[in-house]
Amino acid sequence: MIRLLYFAWVRERIGFGEEELPLEAPVALEALIDRLAARSPGHAAALADRARLRAAINADIASGSAIVSPGDEVALFPPVTGG
Amino acid sequence: MFETHIQAHPFDLASEAARLSALGPAVGAVVTFMGQVREEPLFLDHYPAMARRQIEALVTEARSRWPILGAIVIHRFGALAVGEPIVLVATAAAHRADAFDSAAFLMDFLKTRAPFWKRGAAGWVEARASDDEAVSRWQE
Repeated sequence: MIRLLYFAWVRERIGFGEEELPLEAPVALEALIDRLAARSPGHAAALADRARLRAAINADIASGSAIVSPGDEVALFPPVTGG
Repeated sequence: MFETHIQAHPFDLASEAARLSALGPAVGAVVTFMGQVREEPLFLDHYPAMARRQIEALVTEARSRWPILGAIVIHRFGALAVGEPIVLVATAAAHRADAFDSAAFLMDFLKTRAPFWKRGAAGWVEARASDDEAVSRWQE
């Protein structure tokens, strides 16, 4: 199982901010996002523009080739705009 | 004194600066930067655990680059009215160059690393390329 967190317009398009997903074996972040995009039209809309999507694994910034393992917390969000 | 605060409530610039100023006789310079809401009210979304982790890592990096004696970083979240403070970066050092440079470094990286997202009346604010450029000047 992994925990997924969504923020800003990613959360709004998906319709909620958090969910859990069964994960048996490690997977590349890109492949995980492909799998998520197939879950609902909202997921597809939120995850379509990969160039504007950023990710973190266990609260650290992660690239698409990073590996997600069972038990991880994965966050998907737009480029940050704080400060 | 090295502190990171992620909070909904406001902060007071003067009292935070005074805490750094009072750190001891070695402090010869205190630099403060405060960002505030302009033009229209904002809502700030954030990822609490990552925000703390990223900012604390930036403070650690700043300490390895400059001999700073203290740093306070405060970032707010939630609904903020025009004129309200959003972010504070304050540093203390013996000399002004270290205080100025470490504060600018922290602020530049905070803009591109700390997971906060602003939403205004027209929707979510877009990230700006100039923020990435500001970061690149520290990478030599």
